[in-house]
Amino acid sequence: MTVILLRLFIYLELDVEAISMSFNPKHILGIESLTAEEINFILDTAQSFKEINTRQIKKVPTLRGKTIINLFYEASTRTRTSFEIAGKRLSADTVNISASGSSVAKGETLEDTAKNIQAMHPDIIVMRHNASGSCQYLADRLDCSVINAGDGMHEHPSQALLDALTIREHKGSIAGLTVAIVGDITHSRVVRSNIYCLNKLGARVRLAGPGTMLPPGIEKMGCEVFNNLEDAIRNADVVMMLRIQRERQGAPLIPSVREYARFFGLNGNKMELAKKDAIVMHPGPINRGVELGTAIADGSQNVILDQVENGVAVRMALLYLVSGGEKLKGE
Amino acid sequence: MAAEEIEILDSDGVNRAITRIAHEILEKNKGVEDLVLVGIRTGGAHLAAQLQQKIAEIEGQDVLFGTIDVTLYRDDLASRNNLAVGLTDIPFPLGDRKVILVDDVLFTGRTIRAAMEAVMDIGRPELIQLAILIDRGHRELPIRPDYIGRNLPTARNEQIEVDFDDRNTAQAVHLLRT
Repeated sequence: MTVILLRLFIYLELDVEAISMSFNPKHILGIESLTAEEINFILDTAQSFKEINTRQIKKVPTLRGKTIINLFYEASTRTRTSFEIAGKRLSADTVNISASGSSVAKGETLEDTAKNIQAMHPDIIVMRHNASGSCQYLADRLDCSVINAGDGMHEHPSQALLDALTIREHKGSIAGLTVAIVGDITHSRVVRSNIYCLNKLGARVRLAGPGTMLPPGIEKMGCEVFNNLEDAIRNADVVMMLRIQRERQGAPLIPSVREYARFFGLNGNKMELAKKDAIVMHPGPINRGVELGTAIADGSQNVILDQVENGVAVRMALLYLVSGGEKLKGE
Repeated sequence: MAAEEIEILDSDGVNRAITRIAHEILEKNKGVEDLVLVGIRTGGAHLAAQLQQKIAEIEGQDVLFGTIDVTLYRDDLASRNNLAVGLTDIPFPLGDRKVILVDDVLFTGRTIRAAMEAVMDIGRPELIQLAILIDRGHRELPIRPDYIGRNLPTARNEQIEVDFDDRNTAQAVHLLRT
């Protein structure tokens, strides 16, 4: 047994270059189209990028001379800042455009905005948009790389990848883990990307939320659905809480925030149902006292700030990977 | 077409070369003070670990040892498949240290250029010296090693392969001719 373990250890220690796999994506539009091998390649790359963020001089010259445009049609602080820092640490020039205060507010269509931006020759556009599929739409029409920073209720790939990296760091591996995701499943692109990602990496995904926030048929994506938080988090390794997205809801889906907090908020007592060493995650921004009680929000089990830290590394990895091998892509 | 494989160094030969380089490093720098070894992933990192051990045997003192991945500093990223980025692990300040960069094969010198830039981004060493197991020529940059295991004139289409065992100890050096 020791011998086997030792060999395994040596195997894990093997140099990444020994693995012949390479991955040269033109765009990153979602997790659905990625293989487990490609996801792991992204995570390994991101793991290596973490070291740069702890240096005194946090910059490498890799994307020198590249222009990245962050085109954000929806409010975002974390994701936009994270992409901007990621680009800057790789020496790219990053420019932010937000919908309010730009030509979008003056009625320009997405395609016209994009073509105008393209005329300025950016290398990568990072876009967040409220319409599902808008990133694919853009990628089909432009020459530059497109990275999806969240499109409607479709996908949010960089979030799922940073979640996976955080889980992997805390749990060693993702295969075989039970991950419970609780909250507004219907409106969450984070959930969809996470279901794809976690399933591909071999985890079991459970979903829970009020009936009005659980889309019918979601179990077909490969997950178990619960209508109460307690059953979903029992013996779970990871509990992922979602934010109640008041801005995305037309008619109210819950009678009151207080009632939601009572049934679907996570507190210290409920958390005892999960495994002792379970971790709590949240894509942020948290609604303190709604999804997360104060004991959890400030507790040692939550890894929310690790998620934010890993977010920069994951986004650096994505920017690096869509930029590499560009001469090969042209052939 | 079968490749022709010629053994350049066996494990004893590699060991002797590393022993000599260790002595030369100590002689040139008058001991281990402020000395740090930085191995270029992946082969150079393994050799740097061997050098560290050898220096400890000779001087009875450990020198600091780190590894560096130069992928992000390469000048050919646009024209090749994405490479996996390895971990850079230099858990000590480089300021005012004597950095010995270690690599297995010196060829065009472009990797060393990238490594020097990477080192400079992490800190400002007092000096950088270069230790190489095999110098195969064909330099494209004005770079010259301070310590050489073996000078080996090669043709451009030949390849040099350094074999490492399970414990990352260099076992042999081969020349591959196709």
